[in-house]
Order: sequence, then C-alpha cells, then structure tokens
Amino acid sequence: MLIAVTSGFVFALVIPLIMGRLKSKSTLWAALLPLSIFVFFLSILPEIQDNGHIRVSYQWVPSIGVNLDFYLDGLSMLFVLLISGIGTLVFIYTSAYLKGHHFLDRFYAYLSMFMASMLGLVLSDNIYTLFIFWELTSISSFFLIGFNNDSEASRKSALTALAITGIGGLFLLAAMVGLGHVTQLNQISAMSSLSEVIQGNNLYGWILLFLFLAAFTKSAQFPFHFWLPGAMKAPTPVSTYLHSATMVKAGIYLLARFTPVLGNHEWWNGPLIIVGAITMVYAAIHALFRLDLKGILAYSTISALGILVFLIGLGSSAALLAAAIFILVHALYKATLFLVTGIIDHETGTRDVSQLRGLNKVMLPVGIAALLAAISNAGIPPSFGFVGKDLIYAATLGMGDLAWPLTILAIITNVALLFAGFLAGIKPFFGKLPERFQNLHLPGPAMYAPPLLLGILCILFGLAPFLLEISLIHPVVAGLTGTDPDFHLQLWHGFNLILLLSVITIGSGTALYFILKPSENLLSKVNAFEGISPESIVRLISRGFAKFSSGWTRFFQNGYLRYYLITILGFISLMLAYRLFTGITLYVDTSTMTTVTFYEAVVLIIMAVAIFFTVFSKSRLVAVASMGVVGYSFCLIFLFYSAPDLAMTQFSIDTLTVILFVLVLYNLPKYLKLSDTRDRIRDGLLSLAFGTLISILTLEVMNETVSKETSQYYAENAYILGKGKNVVNVILVDFRGFDTMVEITVLAIAAIGVFGLLKLHLRSTEKE
Amino acid sequence: MEILLVIIIGLLYAAGIYMMLRRSLVKLIIGLILLGNGANLLIFLLGKIVKGEPPIIADTEKMLGEIYADPVPQALILTAIVISFGLQAFAIILIKRAYKVVKTDDLDEMNATDEDL
Repeated sequence: MLIAVTSGFVFALVIPLIMGRLKSKSTLWAALLPLSIFVFFLSILPEIQDNGHIRVSYQWVPSIGVNLDFYLDGLSMLFVLLISGIGTLVFIYTSAYLKGHHFLDRFYAYLSMFMASMLGLVLSDNIYTLFIFWELTSISSFFLIGFNNDSEASRKSALTALAITGIGGLFLLAAMVGLGHVTQLNQISAMSSLSEVIQGNNLYGWILLFLFLAAFTKSAQFPFHFWLPGAMKAPTPVSTYLHSATMVKAGIYLLARFTPVLGNHEWWNGPLIIVGAITMVYAAIHALFRLDLKGILAYSTISALGILVFLIGLGSSAALLAAAIFILVHALYKATLFLVTGIIDHETGTRDVSQLRGLNKVMLPVGIAALLAAISNAGIPPSFGFVGKDLIYAATLGMGDLAWPLTILAIITNVALLFAGFLAGIKPFFGKLPERFQNLHLPGPAMYAPPLLLGILCILFGLAPFLLEISLIHPVVAGLTGTDPDFHLQLWHGFNLILLLSVITIGSGTALYFILKPSENLLSKVNAFEGISPESIVRLISRGFAKFSSGWTRFFQNGYLRYYLITILGFISLMLAYRLFTGITLYVDTSTMTTVTFYEAVVLIIMAVAIFFTVFSKSRLVAVASMGVVGYSFCLIFLFYSAPDLAMTQFSIDTLTVILFVLVLYNLPKYLKLSDTRDRIRDGLLSLAFGTLISILTLEVMNETVSKETSQYYAENAYILGKGKNVVNVILVDFRGFDTMVEITVLAIAAIGVFGLLKLHLRSTEKE
Repeated sequence: MEILLVIIIGLLYAAGIYMMLRRSLVKLIIGLILLGNGANLLIFLLGKIVKGEPPIIADTEKMLGEIYADPVPQALILTAIVISFGLQAFAIILIKRAYKVVKTDDLDEMNATDEDL
C-alpha cells in the first residue's frame, strides 16, 4: 500500500526527466500507473468485503506519533477506486487533449503528484499524515489550476484556490490537534470508540468548527464556494479530475470519515444540514443562468457537493447510504460531462451553450456519452442516478417533522441540476448543426473512449446495482454507521411516494429545459448581484487586509531611529511601571549604606550640572567638554570607592574620547534646531520616566543579597593560582584571559575600521 | 551615598535617552556615551560599594582580607569601558566620513541608501 501511495510521487519526480528523452509521440503509457493502482486495489476488494478493513503501519517520526498508518475500509476503498479509476481515464484523455503540449511532462508530474496525495489522504489513519496529504492536494492543485501560467486569470484563480483551501488546511490542523489532545490518540480508526468522551469535552465545539471550516473550504461550500468556478480556468482534464470527481470530495470524505467519531450530535447535524442546503439550492439556481459549459458544470458540482454535505448532516443510515451512492453517481456522470465539454471545447473552440447545436452529426460517440450522463444526472430510469435520487428522497422523507421542508429543498435542487445536466449533455448535440461546425470531425478514441466508458457505467450500475451492493457499498455503509447494513439496492421499488417525487422532478425539470433559454441578457441580470456575493466580500477583505498591513508596517517600520527607540522604551517603561507599582513595595535599607562626605557631595553636584550642560548646551564644544567632566567625575567616584584600576582606565579613555571628538568637530556642522518644542517635551517626559524607573529598579535590586561566591574564589586564589596581587588585573589577564584576548581583537578591528575610514577616498561621491 | 548615586544613574539614563532621541548624529553618540556611563555605575553599585578597600592583596598576605571591594564588577566595567571606547571611536570617525559624503548629520535625511537623497 505504501508503494501504491509513494509511486505517484516518485513518478512525478521521474517523469519530467524521462518524457523528454523518449521522443515517443504517444504518452498513453503514463496511464499505466493509475491503472495498475486501480487493479491492485480492485484485487484486494474481496478482502475488505470479508474483514471490513486492512491496516498497515510504517514508522515515520515515532517520537511525536507521526506514522504512516494506512487504513483501508469501505469508505477509503470507494474513494481509492474513484481516484485511480477516473485517474486512469484522465491520464488517457490527457494524452490526446494536450498532445504535443510543451509542458506535457510537467502536467503529468503534477497530475500524478496530485493522485498520490489524494490516495494518501483517503488512506491515512494518522491525524498528522492526514493533514500533510490534505495540504499536498491543495498544493498540487494549485499547480494544476495555474497550469496555463501565461494567463493572468489562470494564475489568479490558482492563487484564490490555494488561499481558500490553504486556510482550510490550517483549520484542519487545528481540528486534528484538538482531537489528538482530547483523545490522546493519533489514529482516527481508534477514536470512534471514544465518541462520547469527545462529545462531552469542552473542545468539542471548537473541533467541529475547525473541521467544518476545513471541509467547507475544500468542498466549496457556501460561502467558500467561489474558488471552484474560478478553478475552471484549468485544462479540462484537471477540472474533471480535481473539481468534480476527487479533490472537492476530500471535504466530503473528511466529514464522512469523522461521522462515526464526531457525528450524531445536534452540533454536528445542524450546521451541516443548513450549510449543505444553502449551498445546494444557491448553486443550483446559479447554474441555471450560466452560458459557459464549464460554468454550468462548476455550479452544478457545487450544488451536488451541497447535497452530499446535507445528506451527511441528516446522519440517518438512509441518508449515509444515499451519500455513499451519490458520491459514486455524481463522480461518474460529472466526470463524463466534463470530459465531453473538454472535447467540445477542443474541437469547436467555444464553450458557449447558446451557440452549440447539432454536434451529434459530427461526433456521435461523444453525444451518446453525454446523453447517458445527462440521463443519469437527471435521475431518469434505468440509470444509476435514478437509484441515487430515490435514496435521497427516501432519506429526506425519513426525517420526521422536517421531512417535507427538506424534501422540497431537495426537489428544487434536483430540478435545477437536471436542467443543468440537459444543458450540458443534450443541448449541444441536438438540433441543426451550424455551418461553421460542418467541417468538424470526431477526435481520436483516446478522447472519446473515457467519457463513453463512464457514460455506459452510469447506466450499467443502474440496471445492475447488485454489482456494487455487496462488494463496495456494504462495507462503506457499515463503516459509516457502525452497524451491519440492512438494505437492498434496486432500480424498481414499485409505485410509491418516492416514485411520484421522481416523476415530478423529471417532469418539471424537462419543462424548465424547454421554457428557460440561457442568454447573455439573463446572465447579466444575475451578475448584477455579484457585488454582494461572498467572492466580492472576500476580495474586499483581502484588499483591506493588504492595505492595513502595509499601513501597519509603515507605522512601525518607519525608518526613523527615534520612533523605534520611543516604541521600545515606551513599551519597556509601561511594563516596568506596571510591575513596580503593582507587585513591589518600595523599601530602602539606609542602615547598611555608606555616609556621604562633603567632597563626595561636591563631585556629585558637579556631575549633575555637567550632565545638564551636556544635554542642553547649544554649543557642541561645551557639550563635549561637559561630557568630559562627567567622565572625570566618574574617575573620582571610582577612586573613592576602592576601584583604582577603573579610575585609571576611565581617565585615559575619557581623555581620548574628548580629544577625538574635538578633532572631528571641526569638520561637522553646527547644531541645528531640528525638533520643535512638542517633540522635546515628549522625549523629555519619556526619558525622565525611564530614568526614574531605572532608579527605582536599582533601589529594589540593592535590597537583594549578592552572592559573593565568585568574588570569594577570585579573592582567595588570585595570588595562589595567578601569582598577582591586584585581583582585578588577575581576573582580566589570567582567569578570564581568553575573553580579554577577544576584547583586544575587537578593539583591533575597530582600529582597522577607523584607519580605513580615515584613509578611504570615495571616488565618485567625494570628487563632486 | 547610595541613594545619591541612584539618582545620578537615573539622570544619566534620562539624559542618554533624551540625547539619543534627537535627530543629530553627534547627539546620538553623546547619548550613547552617557547611557554607557549610567550602566557602568549601575553595575558598580550593585556589587556593594566599599570605601578604601581596593581588591589588592597586601604585600605580606596571600589573599584578600575580610572586607574588600568586589573585584568582579570592576573587571566587568573595565572591559565595558574599553569596548565602548572602541565603539565611540569608530562611530565618531564614521560620522565624520558620513558628513563629508552626504553633507548632513540629520538622521532623518540619512534613511535611504541611494545616493540621490
């Protein structure tokens, strides 16, 4: 199973290298990869049927519980077969659709990377690997949507899709971390037994919220649906594969997967029913007014996804059965319709339904595929879609008090979907063939065979639902509901209410098809509401956010040193002040302090005056001289308090600094008055506040007892170990000799810098 | 005495910061020097100041007596003074060069790297 998942990634790496070398005209062989995966999983289908599931585990990062746990049950199997099966057809289709395309190798690489991520996603049992594969599908779909990277619209759509699904991915991580925290488990399959523990936990609501956001963004639920129509900029094989059959169903998969763990709670059912219902009706009505074939299909896909969320939200075993069937039904007919659309686009160069007519005369097999898909989509017997729709009505009717409102919503949606299916699957092929399409011809079998095969399956599964019942659908439903399934799929249930509803749906949908003709006029009327659509709102938010962040950056990163200082110091002052005034009572122990003598007081007064002059003098010379006075006063303080070495150092250094300053000052401009009084007062207040705080802090710190251990060691060993009588000197040159050497190095570097700056002649700027 | 020194420390910090907030480069350097002095004094004070007992071992002894000024802060400050001198010297020369090139010591006019300011 590991090989099946990773082979796609390996293939993605290798294919750009080998495809260029092969020079072979056909790239049909690339489809062997998904085909072999499909066959492999088909071969273990009986095992699933008998045991219910297969579990394989490989250690990856065991220390944090991230392992490649693969868990294959009915639900995973359904998706795996869809992914690899439709993948095979898409790979075949692509070989003709993008024949001779410059970046075909790259396209296959993205496509197989996507397939592998998708397989990994539906097989993962570990919450972290689930997240990783989830993100991988977003990333690979980004490349696929933006495949036509020379078109701006295409790049923009790719970015929108990545942004929406990427945010969803982060929510998924949050939900998974929450789940892991509550259950202390990393394996999803082990969590279902803890369902009650999770639902009793305080975090349950948050986990649900995050999980829903992840699923809704990925599966294009209202109000996050708008990335999907945009993503139709991608080449048609991508739309087929990602945006109808597989990736957008990842959110559905996620919800289905967690139904046994989190479901069966009103917080789970309520939001899903509401969001699903809004999405399915909203998108279905939108689909009525589209002219672009892909637009119609995109909105009807969103609507179908809404139905699935709605069904999972209903949560009854009948609804879950309907969901399982409808996933398959929808994947089959929608993929067919997308592939057909791709052929129409490829051959005629247009996707505008109002212009397409009578194509049956030139491409009959394609028309047959489309017709079969449209029938299944409409739920007309004997198609598989009929079985699916019956189950949906059965599920809504079984909802007690809410049965009728829910059923009516389902009918509205189905009528609109039927209309959309007819528009995409029937209208382009019937009627009189316009002259400009007379010279068209049927594309090669690599293009029309895949949709035809899918179209036939649409009908075949309807005629013979038992083909799937025991082998695939039973394990799926068993996994979802946790009970042994008790149902029997069949086409004909006899005359009952459900049949009546079906007839109503088909009748009104067909009537609608003949009444409502899509036109530019109608489309523009619908577009008038774009201003309040979620897409515009999100764009507004993102633009506002960009503006806000650039303003924010300009506010803090303004390039003025003093504002940085003010921000930093102001913040520190506030923190310090808060702490000092709330947590600490000021206490000064005067008994241990030394007394003040007259000459000390004089020195301190001189110092204070000198500081004052340094700051407020208008003359630079006075300021520098006062600074020298401050330094010399320091020497005296050091002398009084037993630090002769410091006094000597301070004396020499201060002399040097003052001399250097005076030398340089001749070259510098006079002080200019650069700031106004308000700035000065502001700065003065800030610095006074900070100075006061430092003073208080110092007083506080002085109350702490100082550990004398280190000093004691030096005091006792300076002579014995270091053979020196001046302890400070011994510390510097002996005990910490290495530090001093580094210090000397620093000084040397500074000296080289000074020397360099003095000797440097800037050529261009200085000669001006 | 300690209380007076604490006041001086506060003054030095306040003066240093006030100078650093000015737009002139020269004032910025002076502010840095004052701030450095304040920090040195702070360290010195925290080591408990003692009068007339420098950390020098008497000729006849092999180790310091009972009361002595703490040698560790002194060693630290000595290092700090020397290093800050390196910084100051470099900064002063840098100002000189910068002024020669851009003809200003106003920090607000120096916040672009392009030549045509």
